Amino acid sequence: MSALLSIPFFGSELILVVSFFIAMALDFAFSDKKWVAYFTLAALALAWWFGPPAGASVRLFFGSFVWDPVTHFFKGLIYGTIGLTVIASLAYEQIPGRIRGEFYMLLVALALLLTVMGASVNLLMIFLAIESVSLTSYLLVGFQKFDQRASEAALKYVLFGAVSTALMLFGMSLLFGITGSIELSIIGAHIAKLDAASQTLALIGMLFVLAGIGFKISVVPFHFWAPDVYQGAPTPITAFLTIAPKALGFAVLARVFLTAFPFFMAQWATLFSFLAILTMTIGNVLAVSQHDIKRLLAYSSIAQAGYILVGLAAPSSLGLQAILVYVIAYLFTNLGAFFAVLAIERQLRTNDIGAYNGLAKRNPFLALSLTIFLLSLAGIPPLAGFIGKIFIFASAVKEHAFALAIAIALNSAVAAYYYFKVVKAMYLTPADSAERIENPMPTRIAICITLAGTIAIGIWPTVLIRFAEQALIVFPAF
Amino acid sequence: MGLLSWLVFTPIVGMIVIMLIGRDQHKLIRNLATFTTACELLLVIAVLAKFDLSQTGMQFAERALWIPQLGVYYHLGLDGISLIMLVTTGLLSFLACVASFGIRERVKEYFALYLLLETGMIGTFVSLDLFLFYIFWEVVLVPMYFLIGIWGGPRKEYAAIKFFLYTLAGSMFMLIGILALYFASTPHTFNMLALGQNQFALHFQQMVFLALFLGFAIKVPIWPFHTWLPDAHVEAPTPISVILAAILLKMGTYGFFRISYPILPQAARWFGPAMGILAVIGIIYGGFVAFAQTDFKKMVAYSSVSHMGFVLLGLAVFTLTGFQGALLQMFTHGLITGALFLLVGVLYDRAHIRDLNSFGGLWVKLPVYGGILIFCSLASLGLPGLAGFVSEFMVLLGSFPVYRWMTAAACVGILLAAAYLLYMIQRVLLGSLNPKWAHLKDISAREIFTLVPLMILILLVGVYPKIVLQYIAPTLEALVKSVGGTLA
Repeated sequence: MSALLSIPFFGSELILVVSFFIAMALDFAFSDKKWVAYFTLAALALAWWFGPPAGASVRLFFGSFVWDPVTHFFKGLIYGTIGLTVIASLAYEQIPGRIRGEFYMLLVALALLLTVMGASVNLLMIFLAIESVSLTSYLLVGFQKFDQRASEAALKYVLFGAVSTALMLFGMSLLFGITGSIELSIIGAHIAKLDAASQTLALIGMLFVLAGIGFKISVVPFHFWAPDVYQGAPTPITAFLTIAPKALGFAVLARVFLTAFPFFMAQWATLFSFLAILTMTIGNVLAVSQHDIKRLLAYSSIAQAGYILVGLAAPSSLGLQAILVYVIAYLFTNLGAFFAVLAIERQLRTNDIGAYNGLAKRNPFLALSLTIFLLSLAGIPPLAGFIGKIFIFASAVKEHAFALAIAIALNSAVAAYYYFKVVKAMYLTPADSAERIENPMPTRIAICITLAGTIAIGIWPTVLIRFAEQALIVFPAF
Repeated sequence: MGLLSWLVFTPIVGMIVIMLIGRDQHKLIRNLATFTTACELLLVIAVLAKFDLSQTGMQFAERALWIPQLGVYYHLGLDGISLIMLVTTGLLSFLACVASFGIRERVKEYFALYLLLETGMIGTFVSLDLFLFYIFWEVVLVPMYFLIGIWGGPRKEYAAIKFFLYTLAGSMFMLIGILALYFASTPHTFNMLALGQNQFALHFQQMVFLALFLGFAIKVPIWPFHTWLPDAHVEAPTPISVILAAILLKMGTYGFFRISYPILPQAARWFGPAMGILAVIGIIYGGFVAFAQTDFKKMVAYSSVSHMGFVLLGLAVFTLTGFQGALLQMFTHGLITGALFLLVGVLYDRAHIRDLNSFGGLWVKLPVYGGILIFCSLASLGLPGLAGFVSEFMVLLGSFPVYRWMTAAACVGILLAAAYLLYMIQRVLLGSLNPKWAHLKDISAREIFTLVPLMILILLVGVYPKIVLQYIAPTLEALVKSVGGTLA
């Protein structure tokens, strides 16, 4: 579809571009930056409202983007994550007022860039989208520039990001050199017709691309940046980073590998199986010894990436469904957990698990909700995490990938151990101080929404599963 | 909403109401929880009264589509096997709730979790959909973790997480087994009854049986998966020990009766001898270790390992008598060991110590307590005329024609039971009174109230076992036929 005809399908994105500039103006106009936050929320709602219909499936801008149900699904995920992050950030006072406006502005920009990332179907757009998402993320990670840890995290993120982008770019150039195209579907069609030597080269190109995307989804061995970055970043940004860029990373991974490399499916499925087992095991084992809750959740989120990867390691339509169901369940659960952490960090200025001792007395609601989020992460029914996990299990068992299934089972027990370390601190260990921990309105709202989502998905998963099914209607099927 | 749904969700309603009450209203909370468990008991009695003895199929069935994409149904139903576990759950939950009046700390949380636990247990015993079954199975874990971890003894945290992780690891494998069954059946289904109609290949059956076995064996616990049990039992507060011994352990053997055997009959027969061997090891090992204990509670805990071995032995032999004995043993062990744990608690509440060697001559100071303790110990060691004898005798009777040597070895377990229980009585009740305990008061009216129903049932089943057997016989006959066992 030509550029002019594509415009109507790009309504949301245009609104976000305009909103970005309006937010910039509002930042100058208001000294109380909460108005910028409210505007951001309104802009997201407006952009969602004026988006194209869910069922459409068209290629935009000469085949650079595709607007299909998958894009729509991920757009919902992105807007939801960013909206909730903005709400919770209102209570996060560690970011000084004068730069808060920019903070919200950058989140609006990310909503746009991430959507583009989910819609890209050629190598150039994928590269640009990933790169611009990364750049914006670097800024947000280092936002507390007066904090040494934040600066270190941002620098680490930049360095790792730069290397992996370079690798990915190199891989893309190989693919372009061999197949003469940057469009995923054409590359896919070409590879099958190549001679053996070129196919090997294409395989190498594929591995380099994987390195780039693997960095985004923090799959072992591209995970080294994650704990430091997640610990050093402002907590709302950590919450956001563990969900949206990661979920979109999986979207790109699925698009690239299913459209461009179906020819190598046997090879990459095996590779993903190994990576999945490695990722979940290393993430969980390293999480056990953590004392800082943000680091603990960081390693847990590495492990979760391992579970999600199972959906591609046992490639099938059920596997893709599992990925979608899992990321949504994970969205509510993990965001909720981080929001609870945020509320506590806000008052106690620490993320040490020792500070959680006796939380059940100091704020019963926070303790109960954090417990529910952790139980959901551990996959205990009837909560959202359980529904995600059962889909992941099912996709492995259905393809007779029993090694994967057993790895998930053993990992779940390890994971339960460290999640319960936090639960133990909150309920079993007495508090050092009786001072009540406040839960201000913004985090309370954000936690209530995520809590409702976590429980509702667990008890009534039908709606979510239907969304996932509808999203995959026109996706490359098996 | 049918009777079974009421049974499952009444405790949840009670829990929600309790959560809305102020945390200092201890008396109100306690009474509400007791009222809820009493309602449950009444509902169980209503089910018992309406139960049709002549029918072998599922009764009180309720079925509603829950997750259409996965073919998950909210499917409840009841046959003789579930009924007997339901009665155990209803009765013991009520009695243990009354026994919980001694809880003084964080009363609101305790009773809220306690009621959640009851929902999980009841749900496990009446689910006919594997997905639903798994959910209730897991729902039991979480409140149990807190109940041991908050209100337990000195090493409560260790015991609680050990219990939780063991059971969770087992149930994860069970989940793999459940999913394997789902994908192997045509059409894909989680319905236990429909799965029983499928004929799976032997090799597949064996793999799934093993996966399910891990989940169930850890729960029972079957030797060598039993190591969480002594820790959990010793650290848990008295009422929770009662629930653990009388109901939670039975969830494991119930799983064999309800899922493994009907759905995987060939594999079950194939694994029969191995299960028999594990059973006998458990019986003898549990007996010896119980004999060596100086901690009263730990002794009763290990006696559970031994007695649950009889259930497994009865399951392993594929005869009607064996099955009946096994199921009856699940019931009687719940009554007897529940009573014994209550008695341990009575003593511990007064002396704050459980070391058997530090007691002695207590019968003089606590005559009523002494009498009850002797009654329950005799029931546990299998004195004819009391419930324990009937069930263990039936197990041995059923297993003798199949595995002679194993049966002979299991008899050693009965001998050991007599040894450790009489030795315990000698150390606690007989001998000269330790002056330290001269001030102990005899058992209170509330405590007697929790024990008397159990004692009546122990005696009743011992003298006239048909009152229980009539409920379970038709169901078990059908089960024996379907797994290809002998109707003897």
